[in-house]
Amino acid sequence: MTVRIRRWRESSPWLAPVVTFIALFVALFVLPPLVSALASPDGVPQGWLLACLAQAATMVVFALSYNLLLGETGLLSFGHAAPAGLGALLAAQMFNRHAIALPLLPLVGGLGGAAFGVLTALVAARRAGTAFAMITLGLGELVAAAAWALPDWFGGEAGVGIDRGSGPAWGHWTFGPDGEAYCVIAAWCVVAGVAIFALSRMPLVRLANAVRDHPVRAAALGIAPARTRAAMIVWSAAFAGVAGTLALINVEMAAAESVGMSRSAAVLIATVTGGAGSFFGPVLGALVWVAFSVGVASVSRAWMLYVGLFFIAVVLAAPDGLAGVAARQRAWVVRHGWRPAVRVGAAGALACLFGALAFVLAVQWAYAARLRDSNPDAWLATLTPRDAWQLCGALVVLAAAAMLFAQRARRLKRSFDAEETER
Amino acid sequence: MQAFAIDALNGISYGLLLFMLSAGLTLIFSMLGVLNFAHASFYMLGAYLGVTLAGTLGFGWALVLAPLLAAVAGAAFERALLRRVRPGGSLNALLLTFGAAAVMGELVKLAWGLQPLSARVPAVLDGPLFLLGGAAFSRYRAFAMGVSVAMLGVLWVALRVSQTGLIVRAALTHAKAVEALGHDVPRVQTLVFALGTALAALAGAVAAPLFVVEPAMAESVGSIVFVVVVTGGLGSLAGAFVASLVLGCLQSFAIASDASLGALAAHCGLALPPAWRALTLAQTAPLLPYLLLVAILAVRPRGLFGQLTDDA
Repeated sequence: MTVRIRRWRESSPWLAPVVTFIALFVALFVLPPLVSALASPDGVPQGWLLACLAQAATMVVFALSYNLLLGETGLLSFGHAAPAGLGALLAAQMFNRHAIALPLLPLVGGLGGAAFGVLTALVAARRAGTAFAMITLGLGELVAAAAWALPDWFGGEAGVGIDRGSGPAWGHWTFGPDGEAYCVIAAWCVVAGVAIFALSRMPLVRLANAVRDHPVRAAALGIAPARTRAAMIVWSAAFAGVAGTLALINVEMAAAESVGMSRSAAVLIATVTGGAGSFFGPVLGALVWVAFSVGVASVSRAWMLYVGLFFIAVVLAAPDGLAGVAARQRAWVVRHGWRPAVRVGAAGALACLFGALAFVLAVQWAYAARLRDSNPDAWLATLTPRDAWQLCGALVVLAAAAMLFAQRARRLKRSFDAEETER
Repeated sequence: MQAFAIDALNGISYGLLLFMLSAGLTLIFSMLGVLNFAHASFYMLGAYLGVTLAGTLGFGWALVLAPLLAAVAGAAFERALLRRVRPGGSLNALLLTFGAAAVMGELVKLAWGLQPLSARVPAVLDGPLFLLGGAAFSRYRAFAMGVSVAMLGVLWVALRVSQTGLIVRAALTHAKAVEALGHDVPRVQTLVFALGTALAALAGAVAAPLFVVEPAMAESVGSIVFVVVVTGGLGSLAGAFVASLVLGCLQSFAIASDASLGALAAHCGLALPPAWRALTLAQTAPLLPYLLLVAILAVRPRGLFGQLTDDA
């Protein structure tokens, strides 16, 4: 059985990742709504669940499009929200003026994003590295500032709204209800994901990889670095426009914030923490980001601090992101077998758990103490001196436990590595 | 004419403040090969520290202590974090400073709260310095100009005359050779990073009474400073100087003018869509730095005085 699977994976290197992607998609975006619909009395999935999943699907496409730049071409962009937001804006204006079926709207958004990508490429494709990052920052800020200066186009504070159900219907589907709109978003997520994967196996992206690794050598081989970068910028902007339109379908509005710096920062953080080096890294990063920005943000005001510190930790300890960590762990398990991996993993997991617990307690305490005046009922906001001392003690104990377990995990891992080299 | 002179003076004082920021950024970039995304956060830290210290110890002490404290923070950041990621490439270092900017923004919110702080100008520096035909040039702006010029003069002399300055200048271009001569280049790098953050914090402390001290100030100033260094050419101090002054004057003239875009376009013989025609030049002032950046880069990809590097 395993031999057959391995042979199948080797014979078709395309099929395995696509099948994995679709399986992941079904597990994440198809099963939960179905289960929710079956569990609820009226057979309709929970609204908040659909909203969350739609946001996650949008972010997955957005991060995958960003990785065409960062991972494949080595271009760090600080203005990726601009093509997404402008694509969504164009889609919203077209949807309000012409009879375009909702499922075709992301195509319009993609075209809008690509058009902005052409403009970006004209200015920025000749530079790479830090200069490219700063130019995209400038372009992103330009679009963000223009969004506030031109309320007629961007709708000012309120944004440009659409009514999903007002477009032409396909059979019984008007796309007005949440469930039908979610189906459109989910279908586009899988289409865009597979398309980006197919693109990443095309010659163009191979050339982009060459330009990323050594532009001078690539130029000597007859590959024009600027032209390759320009093509990648346009493709990436087009898929960003698709992602922006998916967000538009979800919230029925293209607002000025959707071109802003915070959205660009979100996709950058998601892609880097997930891992720009592999196809599934950005998908993972997008899911982690949505978990933070929806889950953690709903319970804690300190969520941006957690995100920032998590980002710094990833950049310091694993520049190849969570996907890189997973790949390294898998290689280690393959080399040493399951039993040592479980022992090291248990110690490491306990260290992470205790460390995170101590850190979260400390941060929540600090925020609660700081915001005591505005929110006196918050958790940990009002402690008696005795409670405060006990909390301090608990923090010290937790931190010490985390350090001990981390040391133990490191020592175990070193001893297994030493055994391996002896053999 | 008088109004023009006052606008020009305001623009130059703003430009000099921008240059204090971009000079530190450029020095750090040419020394470490890292564009410090958190530079504007150190500016914000300087402004907050300046306001707090001015409230307790007095304005003079704030101007001295805020940059020193920020320099200590900068040196600690360079030694503890930045040094570890720099071997991984300049983009990794840029990402680290990006994360640091986010975290510093949150920490400032935690320490000082979300409300904007009001910075008080000391009585000596309050009021107009002189009047030119009804338009006033404030005393504090003149003081800010003086501090910037003095600081930059001291920096220039220190880099040109002192032994450390000689080592820094040599290490900018020939780090390996300087190391071979027995100088501790990593320490020089930490020193330059601390110096750059101190300049940023000084600019923040001086600018605090002129602008609003709030958690979003790092973002708004940060992107302008990055525009300055890219427009001037990455790594070029002269370029940063010219670009700072040009941007400062451009912004100040645009904000002070009451011409509308439609009138301007009609003057050039162009017709604009109605959404654009009603805009005044003052409303488009926030757009101008970025338009300048795009225009310069379209004509000259390396920036005004920059050199083409291998990534171009």
